[in-house]
Amino acid sequence: MTVALSGSKIAKQLGKKFPGAVIKAGADSLLLKGESLLAVAEYLKTTPDLDFDFLNYITAVDYYDYFEVVYQFTSLKHNHGLVLKVRCYDRENPTLPSVVSLWRGADLQEREIYDLLGISFEGHPNLRRIVLWEGFDGHPLRKDFL
Amino acid sequence: MTTKEVTIQTEPFVVNIGPAHPSTHGVFRMRTTLDGEVIVNMEPIFGYLHRGIEKLAEERTYGGCIPLTDRLDYLASMSNNMAYCLAVEKLAGIPVPLRAEYIRVIMAELQRIASHLIAVGAFLNDCGAFMTPIVYMIREREKILDLFDMVCGQRLTYNYMRVGGVSQDLPAEFIPALRKFLKEMPGWINEYDRLLKQNEILLARAKGVGILPRELAINISASGPVLRASGVEWDLRRADPYSIYDRFEFDIPTGSAGDCYDRYRVRVEEMRQSLRILEQALKGLPEGEVRSEVPHLIRPPVGEAYGHIEAPRGELGFYLVSDGSIAPYRFHVRAPTLINLTALNDMMKGWKVADLILIFGSIDICLAEVDR
Amino acid sequence: MEIEEVYSRQQIDEAEGRQINELIARSQEPIPDPDDWLDEELKRNVLLTSVDAVLDWARRTSLWPVFCFPACCAFEFMTTAASRFDISRFGMEIVRASPRQADLMITAGTLTWKMAPQVKRIYDQMAEPKWVIAMGACAISGGIFRSSYSVVPGYNRIIPVDVYLPGCPPRPEALLYAIRMIHKKIASRSLIQEGK
Repeated sequence: MTVALSGSKIAKQLGKKFPGAVIKAGADSLLLKGESLLAVAEYLKTTPDLDFDFLNYITAVDYYDYFEVVYQFTSLKHNHGLVLKVRCYDRENPTLPSVVSLWRGADLQEREIYDLLGISFEGHPNLRRIVLWEGFDGHPLRKDFL
Repeated sequence: MTTKEVTIQTEPFVVNIGPAHPSTHGVFRMRTTLDGEVIVNMEPIFGYLHRGIEKLAEERTYGGCIPLTDRLDYLASMSNNMAYCLAVEKLAGIPVPLRAEYIRVIMAELQRIASHLIAVGAFLNDCGAFMTPIVYMIREREKILDLFDMVCGQRLTYNYMRVGGVSQDLPAEFIPALRKFLKEMPGWINEYDRLLKQNEILLARAKGVGILPRELAINISASGPVLRASGVEWDLRRADPYSIYDRFEFDIPTGSAGDCYDRYRVRVEEMRQSLRILEQALKGLPEGEVRSEVPHLIRPPVGEAYGHIEAPRGELGFYLVSDGSIAPYRFHVRAPTLINLTALNDMMKGWKVADLILIFGSIDICLAEVDR
Repeated sequence: MEIEEVYSRQQIDEAEGRQINELIARSQEPIPDPDDWLDEELKRNVLLTSVDAVLDWARRTSLWPVFCFPACCAFEFMTTAASRFDISRFGMEIVRASPRQADLMITAGTLTWKMAPQVKRIYDQMAEPKWVIAMGACAISGGIFRSSYSVVPGYNRIIPVDVYLPGCPPRPEALLYAIRMIHKKIASRSLIQEGK
């Protein structure tokens, strides 16, 4: 049974290494600051006890004030999982660091989030529209689209 | 007399293997850079079937989204329904009666066999055995589709499962028909093995072709037969059991080399394991009701949930966010085939155009799920 | 390996995007159906009847479909072509990949605006006489996806359709009935009408 790791436990571990990165730690998820995403993700992947080598999915939700990007990781060896969230308060030009260098599975998913919601990912090698055509006006999955 | 070595100056050129093509499984476009016949670079372009299902689901009720999920991976509709119903039940905390769980498992495993039949048949079609394997496999699939027709009246997009159970009980003639199918099917799979397992042409074309190394497979979040053929023993029915899968005994077939032949073998072995699960489920099927008491318009509490299952093509998950109203606030599909596509370029570099079709067929994608 | 790119990928993508946007602007009204064949009082020229009959028989008993299978209805077409509901008894089992050798387009699947220029191109490349069966709810009117931002509401926005076949997906028996209707339509044509 995949154990869903509690956010508060990981938050204590992270708070020692990356002070100020964790904004909120709940029982099922962990909310991080946008800038510290890459460093924390690398720590989660390389620490022997945590070993999160499998990225389940990346998705993004449009709450009217902010965009929230959700990541879920699983460790195939230890069989535990973790949910990470990052918020983006900029409506015009939201940007976040890309995790493609750590997990290549993020490649097509980040392109899709850019296409449908407009969130750009810095460091992505090929950030272009993927399911809609160039010249499509707007980002459909935003709540204020048409 | 001296011999002069003559070299021909070659230049690579870009060929578009376009959306309407008989060998791409659907509307998929590949911009390949070829040097003679050898592939140098391949860029996949899709989105030709993007119907905006994620946006359409935000204007439908929770029960009304089930027909939309049918049309995602249309070759495995029962699995899509099951994953979505699991996600909603997790979000709203709705229990499922035991008979409904057994029926769901029976439908999901029958669907897995039907989907793998098409996957294997289309793969052999791409190999060059023009129509014979796929016509044989469609003959077996018709028997499964007759069983589904008996239960819910549809052959391809069933809309059978509901939040809290299934929509109607099994008719009286279903169980004898299923028993008859279970008696005959192992014989058919053995016949295919006898014809194909040591077939020289299949071995020459598929063994060692399109290798996906183990580390890369984990890094790109591949799942399903693609991951298991690369040597990783990770099956959600064993690692994170959902529904009642922890009561059944079955093996998880894995490959070792990660080439096309291993992916084909993993799918055939999975069909055998599904037959095993079906026998056990049929033996333990209890009496009872098939759907728990659920209001017509479900209003889950504010929150989010992620429900995932082992669909025939990989890990299919639904991420739902609810804001307390009758429609989902956000409906996201974790599409296994989109993520399995990530390493296609690496798998194809250095092979020829004929192998391109084969490698693409072996990862078994369904465009409706890639594009959603 | 360095190749000299005449047009960069971005330029190609933008040109295709412009093509799609222009097609959207042109296809706001559906193309009217060619349904003069349903008129019961069609008078046929006595002199040409036997030639007509032979030509029509030859055309309808060997209709070759073209490859145009976006979505789910494609699998009902494939099972119709397989051995249980044999389509080969109508002479149609050869699905030609090249549109120039085909005369029937069975549109099996949802059409999106991104795919629309390609389908129009395939239709234009088919030689006369040609017929179109719109198979499934998505082909008739956009189906369950009609209110989406990227779905064409029915194939008759971009190509003229002869027979509409409802269903989601239509059963193989329904597809065979639609093929029978196309046969009836071909049987009621005469050489004089060809000039139209």
